[in-house]
Amino acid sequence: MKESQGTSGLILNEPLLWKKGKKGRSGFSMPRRDVVPSPADEVLTGDGPDLPDLSEVDVVRHYTRLSQWNFGLDTGMYPLGSCTMKYNPKINEKQAVLPGFAGAHPLLPAELSQGTLELMWRLERYLAEITGMDAATLQPAAGAQGELTGMLLIHAYHASRGSRRSKIIVPDTAHGTNPASAALCGFSSVPVQSNERGVISPEAVAAVMDEDTAGIMITNPNTLGLFEENIQEIARIVHTKGGLVYGDGANMNAVMGIVQMGKIGFDVMHLNLHKTFSTPHGGGGPGSGPVCVKDFLAPFLPVPRIVFNEGAYRLSEDLPQSIGRLHAFHGNFGVMIKAFCYIMSMGGEGLKRASQLAVLNANYIKDSLKESLHLPYDRPCMHECVFSDKLQEAEKVTTLDMAKRLMDYGFHPPTIYFPLVVHGAMMIEPTETESKEDIDRFIEALRAIAAEARDNPEMLKAAPVRPKVRRLDETAAARKPCLTG
Amino acid sequence: MRYLPHTEEDIVSMLRTVGVEDMDDLFSSIPPSCRVGRALDLPDALTEWELGTLTEELAETMAVSPAYRIFMGAGSYDHYIPESVSYLLGRSEFSTAYTPYQPEISQGTLQAIYEYQTLAARLLGMEVANASMYDGASALAEALLMAIRITKRKRVALSPLIHPHYRAVVRTYLGPGGYEIVELPFLKDGRTDISGLSGMDDLAAVAIQSPNFFGCVEDLPAADETIRKTGALFLVSFTEPLAYGLFKNPGCQGADIVCGEGQSLGIPRSFGGPGLGMFACRMKHVRSMPGRLVGKTTDRDGRPGFVLTLATREQHIRREKANSNICTNNSLCALASAMYLASVGGTGIRDLASLNYDKAEYLKRGLKEAGCRLTFDSPTFNEFVVEFPKGFKDTYTRLLEKRIVAGVPLGTWYPGLPDHALLCVTETVGREDMDALIREVRS
Repeated sequence: MKESQGTSGLILNEPLLWKKGKKGRSGFSMPRRDVVPSPADEVLTGDGPDLPDLSEVDVVRHYTRLSQWNFGLDTGMYPLGSCTMKYNPKINEKQAVLPGFAGAHPLLPAELSQGTLELMWRLERYLAEITGMDAATLQPAAGAQGELTGMLLIHAYHASRGSRRSKIIVPDTAHGTNPASAALCGFSSVPVQSNERGVISPEAVAAVMDEDTAGIMITNPNTLGLFEENIQEIARIVHTKGGLVYGDGANMNAVMGIVQMGKIGFDVMHLNLHKTFSTPHGGGGPGSGPVCVKDFLAPFLPVPRIVFNEGAYRLSEDLPQSIGRLHAFHGNFGVMIKAFCYIMSMGGEGLKRASQLAVLNANYIKDSLKESLHLPYDRPCMHECVFSDKLQEAEKVTTLDMAKRLMDYGFHPPTIYFPLVVHGAMMIEPTETESKEDIDRFIEALRAIAAEARDNPEMLKAAPVRPKVRRLDETAAARKPCLTG
Repeated sequence: MRYLPHTEEDIVSMLRTVGVEDMDDLFSSIPPSCRVGRALDLPDALTEWELGTLTEELAETMAVSPAYRIFMGAGSYDHYIPESVSYLLGRSEFSTAYTPYQPEISQGTLQAIYEYQTLAARLLGMEVANASMYDGASALAEALLMAIRITKRKRVALSPLIHPHYRAVVRTYLGPGGYEIVELPFLKDGRTDISGLSGMDDLAAVAIQSPNFFGCVEDLPAADETIRKTGALFLVSFTEPLAYGLFKNPGCQGADIVCGEGQSLGIPRSFGGPGLGMFACRMKHVRSMPGRLVGKTTDRDGRPGFVLTLATREQHIRREKANSNICTNNSLCALASAMYLASVGGTGIRDLASLNYDKAEYLKRGLKEAGCRLTFDSPTFNEFVVEFPKGFKDTYTRLLEKRIVAGVPLGTWYPGLPDHALLCVTETVGREDMDALIREVRS
């Protein structure tokens, strides 16, 4: 291949924070003391926290060096399947720190906070339109909390009809958060297997759906990157037995403007603003996991609700059937601003175009690599495609080895060993914001790695060699946990 | 569209590789009955410059300082944030990375979170802190669920002086599991009444907030002694961690689990989120803990490095048997608080906390002289409860006309305290602002 993107440069070592600094230094401009000291009761006061004293320069160099050990989306292609690592627009960062937003107290009276309420009210409506639902709540702080909200809504719905159902159907391709969220709500998960086409068959659902089952959780498109083509029939089966259909919207990026989940049988679904709606993932959050519902579930939504009448916005707690509160205040408003700005910048046509290009990029990768890597489901995919390490088994090269080797080529590896239904899975989601040239380089790198697996497998087992550290001993880390310094 | 790099030529050539005619053909696996037949009903796309105008207009309607003088705390605090913190946090190697599943190229996030865990544990006086939760409210709910797992008991007791919204979130999380929540009374001095606890031997946990919702510092050693006898775990929650710069931390006063909101540590209020759920416990309970943990280890060449660890507690491994469903947490906010604590430092946090305390004492004295009643006489940190001489509503409305927001009314949460307000003052409030408030209350 052409010259690899991955190279080595000067990387500086950096000690732990508390090994730096000196007592008496400070990186903080202490506000002027304009009141007299009032000594506090000495029984209550301690010695003060054991924190290091550093200068501003110490702090700035420390974190700048640390940042250089990280690979971010702005560094390069980050094709983590199901994570939707699309470009995070810079202008949205600026909007989120406008003093009127960043400085706003969450308990300001409504007449003093019309701007934030309007933004949230409009975002709820836009998300409802995109999903084909009737109402939305923005309170859940991340996808998993959105799932919990959905489960609580389903639980409350059944309770309002005087029934208490104990089970929920969860396909084997689901994210781990699905069964964990259901369990938090007291539901036991009933697994259904996907069929040979990689999707759920109506028969499999009909076989387990009964009147003690609260509903089904479906990720659509699913984690194999396939559209659940039987969704309408599955929804009919579940609804007939009085159950509800929950949609995990982690993969909504494939179908904006193409499928409205509310029109094909979903009753409630969550979205991840930090995936589909371009807000940065922050190295593990903050995210935001709004939940959209059909009309009949709206009375159960979390309080407070934003209400608009007579030209003004206000918050209402008057929702007697509500499941209650999920967040101390209104959810991750700072994240909502960025998602709102993204939708305003894209418009309906732009969002649809994004989904089309996300699907084009994934299919292009799938068809370009299927000679080099085993493709368990060889059919048109949505926004992501799943390969396995089957062709490399003879050389005892694993998905992990190939993922680590990708780092040396200057790419972030895809999601690996998920979904669980594919042995040695490698799940690639390029997103729409990768250009053809970058994708071609990625394809070329994986082809080169497949060739190395054949000709020089040891090289892959030794990978990566270019990052700051090599493979780390995770077993030792878990056996003797060292969690603070 | 500037975020979409494809040219028409790219698209044609890529479609050819895939073997389809046009974009619509890419969606052939979606049954026609599942597709939308119309365009999305959304506003037309804005340019970068139009977007700026729109958000400015929305943001300008908000009552924020310096145009307004705001004496509101109640779980969301106004503290100065060094520009260096905001600047460093904007480094996109941090902000645009995912959860550090691939440690070799995520050492920056991993070391920074390991450092956060350490600083958080030291601040709270605990042995281990996790990589963060969503906010103080869900952290408390998860702490109670953790205590239920450890003790295998199904009943918990809460102080009524835990933030009312946190208690509401606890009810949401614990409701469907059939767990019972006992709410304790409070005393005339503004502290939790724990006298009823003796004899309750089936409690999984007793949770107390300190400083509590009225701003009062609780008597944690006394609570510890009583709770110990019941066999329940002692949980301490908080909304204002800066208080531990001056007052003793919960860990050294017997707490088993400490959790709360870290927004005060370098995170803007942002209308209530994102904040930072801080969560810490004793090492003996670490395997029952929710959330991510970063641990130290070595690489193949023996060099030190960091990884996510003890993942067998988590949903992606254990699925329905996981300790929690949490996946994405509030990592970047944890990073902000570590940067903030590093900037303020051990010496600085003591000075800053004292300054907050002194300002609140100054305001308390001034308001008392102006005829206000200070409802509770326990020591407070930077917020406290007052009763205005001429009633809450009149005073509040009159002050609002002067662009002063005189605290948060307590009546909705505590019907026994109508006409009471919770006032807060931090280092960002100057003496002249406090004098203005005192003057207006008196007049």
